[in-house]
Amino acid sequence: MSYWFRNDSRLPQVRLAAASYVIVGMLTILLLGFWKLQVVDSDKYGQLAERNRVRSIPIIAPRGRMLDRDGRVLVDNYPSFSVLLLRDDQEQVEKNLPAIAEGLGLSLDDLKDQLDNTKALPKFQPIVIKPEATPADVAFIESHRADVPLLEMLMVHRRRYLPGGFMSHASGYVGEVSEQQIEASNGKLRPGDIAGKSGLERQYNDLLVGTDGMRRVIVNSVGKEMGRLSQQEAIPGKQIQLTIDYDLQQVAETGLGDKKGAVVALDPRTGEVLAFASHPAPDPNDFAVRVSKEEWQRLNEDPDRPLLNRVTQAQIAPGSVFKIIMATAMLESKTPPENFTAFCPGYGIFYGQMHKCWVYGKSSHGSVSLHEAIVRSCDVFFYNVGMRMGIGTISRYAKMLGLGEKTGIDMPAEEPGLVPTEEWVERVYHHKWYPGSTISVAIGQGSVMVTPLQVAYVIGGIASEGDFKQPHMLKDAPSVGEKHVELSEHTVEEVTRGMFGVVNEPGGTGNAIKLQGIEFCGKSGTAQMMSYSAASRLGLGKGKNDGWFVGYAPRRNPEIVVAAVVQDTAEHGGTAAGPVVRDIVKAYYDKKNKKNQGQITAENKGYELKNETRQVAEVAKVVAKPEEAAVVVPTGEKKSDP
Amino acid sequence: MKEAPGARDYDWWLLAILAAICTIGVVEIYSATHGSALAGMHMKQVRWILVGVVLMFVLSRLDYHAIMDQAPWLYIAGLMALIAVLAVGHTRFGAKRWIPVLGEFLQVSELVKLIIIIVLARFFAEVRTDELSLQDLIKAGLLVGLPLVLILKQPDLGTALVLMPMLIVGAFLAGLQWKHAAVIVVLGILMLPVGWHFMKPYQKERVTSFLHPEEDAKGSGYQVLQSKIAVGSGGFWGKGFGNGSQNQLGYIPVRYSDFIMSAWAEEQGFKGVLVALGLYMALLLRLVQNAQRAKDRAGMFLVMGVTAALGFHVLVNVAMVIGAMPVTGIPLPLMSYGGSATLFVFLAIGLVMNVRLRRFVN
Repeated sequence: MSYWFRNDSRLPQVRLAAASYVIVGMLTILLLGFWKLQVVDSDKYGQLAERNRVRSIPIIAPRGRMLDRDGRVLVDNYPSFSVLLLRDDQEQVEKNLPAIAEGLGLSLDDLKDQLDNTKALPKFQPIVIKPEATPADVAFIESHRADVPLLEMLMVHRRRYLPGGFMSHASGYVGEVSEQQIEASNGKLRPGDIAGKSGLERQYNDLLVGTDGMRRVIVNSVGKEMGRLSQQEAIPGKQIQLTIDYDLQQVAETGLGDKKGAVVALDPRTGEVLAFASHPAPDPNDFAVRVSKEEWQRLNEDPDRPLLNRVTQAQIAPGSVFKIIMATAMLESKTPPENFTAFCPGYGIFYGQMHKCWVYGKSSHGSVSLHEAIVRSCDVFFYNVGMRMGIGTISRYAKMLGLGEKTGIDMPAEEPGLVPTEEWVERVYHHKWYPGSTISVAIGQGSVMVTPLQVAYVIGGIASEGDFKQPHMLKDAPSVGEKHVELSEHTVEEVTRGMFGVVNEPGGTGNAIKLQGIEFCGKSGTAQMMSYSAASRLGLGKGKNDGWFVGYAPRRNPEIVVAAVVQDTAEHGGTAAGPVVRDIVKAYYDKKNKKNQGQITAENKGYELKNETRQVAEVAKVVAKPEEAAVVVPTGEKKSDP
Repeated sequence: MKEAPGARDYDWWLLAILAAICTIGVVEIYSATHGSALAGMHMKQVRWILVGVVLMFVLSRLDYHAIMDQAPWLYIAGLMALIAVLAVGHTRFGAKRWIPVLGEFLQVSELVKLIIIIVLARFFAEVRTDELSLQDLIKAGLLVGLPLVLILKQPDLGTALVLMPMLIVGAFLAGLQWKHAAVIVVLGILMLPVGWHFMKPYQKERVTSFLHPEEDAKGSGYQVLQSKIAVGSGGFWGKGFGNGSQNQLGYIPVRYSDFIMSAWAEEQGFKGVLVALGLYMALLLRLVQNAQRAKDRAGMFLVMGVTAALGFHVLVNVAMVIGAMPVTGIPLPLMSYGGSATLFVFLAIGLVMNVRLRRFVN
């Protein structure tokens, strides 16, 4: 061996032994470290591993459908995919945002805004960045799972309404829940949930919403689904059947057309709402995905107020329709007595002020009785009645018959209208009631205000001998409120005879719209938005009116009562709103007669009905495009001689 | 008088321990990769082990004195290889550590570790005093310092760090004086900021994320967190072979290599860890025993150099897996997948066998 080697066998045994102890100590400490993780904190890490491995994906429950009274589908669902962005990893999100924006065709700025707006939400909660994914989006997400593991798709059910705003104020619409709704729901609703925002969608939200299910899946470290653990199926929402008759609704929609106004048809025997239309009507399909801020602002600022549900929320002067309330009050209170007549030279002077009759300048009514005053709608007669009765009696009867308070229909945000009283004026305007104001109120002007629904309800109640049934939209409603107003048989007979005359006697204001073979009765009304004199002073000629017509059939104990109002019209109420009412009443009887015939050949009926159901369902399946609204035309024939 | 060592003279206990560790490693590599694009990796590891065993037996037949004879040349060759790898080496995973040998990429620094063990053993064996003089200590330091700087250049902090325990253990056994030890510790602490200054950004990040794991939820903090989740969720009994979700779903970083202990701990639980760490303890203690029975100081230093290197590997790797030390990229001997690392361990054991075979011969 070389020079360096020396047979030196003195080994540092003590230090070698020390090395052994160091080894034992070192490994014992490491073992203690494992003990801490695997035995002491094992549960905590077990949960963390589960959270890594398991991702819970909600299965959205479909909302219940809405059917009409014959079982035809009015509001339906269709499946759609939402794109979710997983935000647990802030760095990854920021890095991938431009690629995501490009891949999904979104604006990067919008996406950033949305992330900023949702900063307050917990990180593990994904946000919806695109509510309706196109096939291209789906392909993008699937093919980029590995490099952009932040996107997830969620199957949702979107609402499909009949196109063109059909019945949209009744159905309402759904949208993402608001902060207030989340707070009010006691934890039932979470941000991003869909809930009814208006109309029946809101009223019956609790029935319509189902219970979302949950799918628990195993994902790998790049978010790829590797397997399924469990699946809790969604419980679909309950289907609701409405009292609405699709055929009558169709007539109401076409009747109103592009006029601004409202139509409501009730069955006064039950309180069922047969048709419910308010125009202009926004198409809720446009909000079913997501309504843009600009669109929403436009709808809110539109002077035609398309978001106003005119059936229950428009509080407008009833005009001459109010004369039915006046006549009822007069006959019941016998002030003035029934044989009271007034002379109408075309105007009258009360409390030193001239009040015109609606025929002023063209003709005069001459000497009129109560019946003639109703039929020909003489203002001067009712000025006199009002003056003799006083505001106290007028308001007492108006309220007794159901004006000035909500009807209690199953719709959110119904307005009560207004019946002025002496107390009301003192409370609001801090002055005594001017007796002159009573004269205007007597013909449904001044401060008296009603909703179209109230008009149908009140007229239906009077014609039903004082039996008032709470209007409602839900068929087989568990409880329907009712009230009975004591009206003498004579009062009912006289008032209904008057309304029959309006349509069926020559010179009646609704004579142009009488129906062959049907006891069609009614009352027109034309509420000036300003007085005749003010309008002429402003050079507006006749001014703009709210044209009313309330009609029903048959004369006593009617089966259908329809109130219609056409706003901002230059026409008389009988001309503007009358035909709409008449068409609905006619359609009601046409259908009824058809059904009666059908009952004779019973096997026909079921087939026909099924066929119709399919037809409506197919219409509902058509993706909402405005021009396709025209596809939905009423099937009933439209021949009706004036 | 010189008898060739027979089969009986091999340390069969040591080989049995190694075989057990290798088996655990191959099993866990299989479990970690069989369902992925890396499937089949365990067979590659088996090949490396077989090659390693052959090299081990070959190396054990050479007299270690003859090998230590060549220490200066080995040292020079090692330095030149390090320089060569810096000049022409292959860059993989962001570091220049590899040179191609027979169609495989080998890490030069693994070979250099072996050389430094031999060189240090030779150096300390030549120290004749019972106490290590300051002069000799500095010489030994320089001997290690030169290749250390070159390895840091690659950069490969992990391997560079392994040289330190070799030096420390060698110096300790050569009679390191306590006062010198104290001075080194103080100096070391003072040098920390300087060392920080020379660290690469990713190395700094590993240290900061070790000190403040919550500030780095993805990066290396994420790796350590996922590793801890894997270990902790394994519990006492483990989730069973092939059933570790952290392992199978890829949450554990480099689960077949640096973090294989994490995968093993998840699937086999604390009981499995007990077995694995027990085997490592047996291995290290058996190595110390071989050192104690070495015929001369030269053999003792050689065996203890190997012990220091392997012990350090086990300590740093396992401590990293349970989040007790920063991520350094030091593999777990014979369990982690890796050609160069496996060959290094078997060659090192070959040196140990060499010493053992010659304990009775003269």
